[in-house]
Amino acid sequence: MGKAIVVKNLVKKYKKSNVFAVDNISFEVAEGEFFAFLGPNGAGKTTTISILTTTLAKTSGKVSIAGYDLDKEEAKVRQNIGIIFQKPSLDNNLTAEENIRYHAFLYNVYPYRPTFSLMPRSYKAKVSELSKILNIEKDIFRPIKTYSGGMKRKLEIVRSLIHHPKILFLDEPTSGLDPQSRKTLWQYLHGMKQKSKMTIFLTTHYLEEAEDADNINIINHGKIIESGTPLEIKKDILKQHLIIDADNRNELIQELKDKKIPYQLKDHITLPFKESTPHQLIKKIQTPLSYLSIYQPSLEEAYLDIIGQNEQGN
Amino acid sequence: MNKEINAILTIASRDIIKLFRDRMRLIMGLIFPFVFVGILGTSLQENIGKDLQYNFLTFVFIGVLGQTLFQSTASGIISLIEDRENDFAQELFVAPISRFTLLIGKILGETGVAYSQTVGVIIMGLFLGLRFAPSELILILIGGIICSLAGGSFGLMVLANLQSQRSANQLFPFLIFPQFFLAGVFNPIKHLPPILFVLSRIAPMTYAVDFIRGLYYLGKPEAEEVVLHSPLLNLSVLAGMSAIFLVIGTYLFIKNEKEK
Repeated sequence: MGKAIVVKNLVKKYKKSNVFAVDNISFEVAEGEFFAFLGPNGAGKTTTISILTTTLAKTSGKVSIAGYDLDKEEAKVRQNIGIIFQKPSLDNNLTAEENIRYHAFLYNVYPYRPTFSLMPRSYKAKVSELSKILNIEKDIFRPIKTYSGGMKRKLEIVRSLIHHPKILFLDEPTSGLDPQSRKTLWQYLHGMKQKSKMTIFLTTHYLEEAEDADNINIINHGKIIESGTPLEIKKDILKQHLIIDADNRNELIQELKDKKIPYQLKDHITLPFKESTPHQLIKKIQTPLSYLSIYQPSLEEAYLDIIGQNEQGN
Repeated sequence: MNKEINAILTIASRDIIKLFRDRMRLIMGLIFPFVFVGILGTSLQENIGKDLQYNFLTFVFIGVLGQTLFQSTASGIISLIEDRENDFAQELFVAPISRFTLLIGKILGETGVAYSQTVGVIIMGLFLGLRFAPSELILILIGGIICSLAGGSFGLMVLANLQSQRSANQLFPFLIFPQFFLAGVFNPIKHLPPILFVLSRIAPMTYAVDFIRGLYYLGKPEAEEVVLHSPLLNLSVLAGMSAIFLVIGTYLFIKNEKEK
């Protein structure tokens, strides 16, 4: 599989700053991958996404987007990406259809026409289809001032896909949305992704949104401090454990000691494990168990733990 | 259609659509001519105009036309700072078009906006009893294009040197309002003390206002009294200034935009 994004030794130091906003980071995103870029405020997420989307110059490093060199082929990079910014980028004075149409003109998908009625049939069909998807058939020709936050976000996503980008950058796309809007937006995004096989580069504060990611990078103080699949990241922090107990607890503890299985005695007995499932661990235990449960930390717990450890290290 | 022309038409038409959907801005477009031509022009004509060899109200009216075309475009370009981090302009900055295309589209759009606002000035003039031949009006409106372009490129120069909306809000009035008087929109500037004379001849708006007056008073006996330079000289200065501001402004704008 080809690489959608290749970042090598990327460095960014703002003119008026003494610290590196992005400090020599490298990563790759495969085509069709759902990649999540996480980190606290000021960690370097937006700086990185701004560089990758051509709106900010880097200090040094090499970046390739959709196979195009960021330094030499900026216009081609732009043609192949779609961006959902942190702040809405719709024009409130325009109708939903005009917002879509003007985007199509800027990306040269259709030649300029001053009104919808003068647009080619293929465009009209597309708008009709999109308005059905968004359920705004009645409002598509009305200024978007009255749209809800969630509707506007969906419209932005629909609009950003008009020029068939290979990579979609989503910079905290659900910040400021209520839980219901967030949920429907993600349902829609996952559906879109499945259909189009697009690469998605996401930054978010909501860790549960990254649970479905193929790969995650965690950035703090401009450095990538952890990377891997959500499962790998969770596993690395040793928080996943088995919780067991037996009617004959003493016998169970003795067995654990004999077999040198590390444990902690709390309300029940907890046994940390590193493998993806505790199957091997359970197989070792002969004492009849009266209680068994598995604790899997959420990505959010893993994330907070990793950031916390990194802060202590600094 | 060429990609860049497509983008220029898009950016320019968006500005004009936005104007017509912004009622407040349309009303303001009528209030300013009312203040400048209706109140200031009329009161000056009544009090000091009678001693002059020319109609003072017409003098102010033609001056306001030139000033509106120059200033409206300049302020429109400055608004790119505010837009940069809001609404659709974010889209413009990541679209696969050159920055030069973006700025040309914006200047043309704001020129369209400025022309829409001159309609307010003309209505005010007609309301106050001013009459002009259609040929005079056509000549002024055609000549006004260079005034708008000069205003737009002046706005771009200011924009390229400012980082925030706050500094733009503070600096722009300081750069524009003195020009009203240095350029002689409401006041004759044929004779000035040396310092004011130099400042007046440096102010870019002077050439826009004088060019429009030069076109209107062309061949009229009052021309001697009210016009400073020949239309050809004004046109050359405006064209040269636009070219220089546009090239330097675009260069600085691109540099400042990305190299933070």
